[in-house]
Amino acid sequence: MMLTVEGLVAAYGRIEALKGVDLTVAEGEIVALIGANGAGKTTLLMSLCGRPRAKAGRIRLLDDDIAHLPTFAIVRKGVAIAPEGRRIFPRLSVLENLRLGAVTADPAYFDSDLKRVLGLFPRLKERLDQRGGTLSGGEQQMLAIGRALMARPRLLLLDEPSLGLAPLVVRQIFDIIAAIRAEQKVTVFLVEQNAHHALRLADRGYVMVNGRITLSGSGAELLANPEIRAAYLDGGHG
Amino acid sequence: MAALVALGLAFPLVGHRLEDSVNGLSLGYRFDWVAIGVAAVFFGRLTIGLLGGVPRIAAFDRLKGLRMDWLGWVLAAIAIALPFLPFADRNLIDKATLVLIYVMLGWGLNVVVGLAGLLDLGYVAFYAVGAYSYALLSLYFDLSFWVCLPLAGLFAAGFGVLLGFPVLRLRGDYLAIVTLGFGEIIRVILLNWQSFTGGPNGITSIARPSFFGLVFSADPPEGRMAFHQALGIDYSSLHRVMFLYFLILALALLTNFVTLRLRRLPIGRAWEALREDEIACRALGINPTTTKLSAFAIGAMFGGFAGSFFATRQGFVSPESFTFIESAIVLAIVVLGGMGSQIGVVVAALLLIGLPEWFRDLQLYRMLVFGLAMVAIMLWRPRGLLSHRDPTILLSEMKR
Repeated sequence: MMLTVEGLVAAYGRIEALKGVDLTVAEGEIVALIGANGAGKTTLLMSLCGRPRAKAGRIRLLDDDIAHLPTFAIVRKGVAIAPEGRRIFPRLSVLENLRLGAVTADPAYFDSDLKRVLGLFPRLKERLDQRGGTLSGGEQQMLAIGRALMARPRLLLLDEPSLGLAPLVVRQIFDIIAAIRAEQKVTVFLVEQNAHHALRLADRGYVMVNGRITLSGSGAELLANPEIRAAYLDGGHG
Repeated sequence: MAALVALGLAFPLVGHRLEDSVNGLSLGYRFDWVAIGVAAVFFGRLTIGLLGGVPRIAAFDRLKGLRMDWLGWVLAAIAIALPFLPFADRNLIDKATLVLIYVMLGWGLNVVVGLAGLLDLGYVAFYAVGAYSYALLSLYFDLSFWVCLPLAGLFAAGFGVLLGFPVLRLRGDYLAIVTLGFGEIIRVILLNWQSFTGGPNGITSIARPSFFGLVFSADPPEGRMAFHQALGIDYSSLHRVMFLYFLILALALLTNFVTLRLRRLPIGRAWEALREDEIACRALGINPTTTKLSAFAIGAMFGGFAGSFFATRQGFVSPESFTFIESAIVLAIVVLGGMGSQIGVVVAALLLIGLPEWFRDLQLYRMLVFGLAMVAIMLWRPRGLLSHRDPTILLSEMKR
């Protein structure tokens, strides 16, 4: 297993956001986690990165327990995240942003990695000298994903890659995620509110409600599940 | 609004004045002055409001597009040629030396504030540590300036890390307060540790630096050769002044060179990233602890160099020289110059240190002009004189 989470509990102060989460992600898989606002999806992704720290339970990356490592050390083990809200560096150029993504990677790979990322995101290539903050929302999301890829991750975490983007751009982003898995052999774990797109892309999915996993299955199974259709799909999502 | 604030400030400050009369000291009133000041602020603010903002000044706008490469070289060339120019007298070189000290301090602080985005109000502490390390080392161990310079840098860097540890979790205002306190602590220690630092009396007769073993003195001590004898020219006290000038110029240029190099290295980019977004930095695998500490240490090291130069130039150090106002001036230089801009620091140092020095004759009014200049700059160039930031790597360089 690339990632194994067992009985994970995480809290903000006294409020428990995760109340014992179990899930696994196998090597080479794309796994989607869907759920409503405030279900704890982002918290789960963040606590995989060590912040908030797990109060109980275990997080294993391959065979290493990473639950007690500081964030930067977890990232150095091969986990990269494109965080919620993208969090690119607005006053640094696109190229500098990508360079910062590669701080943990072996510099010898930089040129070839850059070429590969720019191959995935030709839009970024045109804008390399532009400041990150001047990019459009979709381009910023591409930059955030590209920056995460520059770290040569084994496991790529994506937090709401479709947030605030036009439907056409959302489709582009999801196509690229599929391409990333196919070309780069990266395992992808993504958190989404856009259940339709996410489940169509994913091999497997988990549904989270109030800090617990309530359902799991293959992407197609979950898409066909009437409960899920009612709760997450027929609400008008494209 | 602004006029009300001005009234509140001016009333006690300008409105009252101590008058020396026959009956001793008495309190005089100058409310007409207050009225003039308040009216000036009121109408100034009103005009800005009526015009819907500050009128743009074309010259300032043009600054933005300007490539700064050549300006740096021109300034460096002027700086090197300065002592040989016909109008350069001792006075001018002395003042230029002073400006250069602040340029160097500004560049050092720029690493901490401009690049890493850590607001440090106690930078003078490192300046003091540098100055006192040299003074004490030469006093107790009789070490020469050239040995002490790197040591002073190391000590200051050590203090930088020392300050860095407790403030790692703080940001913005809170960080500013703690660093402010740190600066004061250092000063108070220097003031009160009488047996070691000489307390308020300071340390006098600090050894002067030598030029590869050649001393600057009319009659050198036994066994040493003087600079003028080695070169076979007549003794002139100007030699030492010029030597000091070139010394600080070299130190400042070194600071600049190192900073510019660092910016292009991963560590420099990490500093800038940390300034932009600390959470994103963690998510990219940057260790914020070591990154912040390194910024503090390197900034402090340059402060330490400048400090030991200050000590050797003055030949005398006392806690008087390291008050909070020094930190404030250095910070003002960095902010005025445009955070992170190297040439901006030079221009701002010339403005803030050079101008008041040259207009010493107008003593009484210089703080007023100083204040007006600050207000004007913040109105027209709110992000600093030269706020343009060059990317550290460009596409054209990548293509090769």
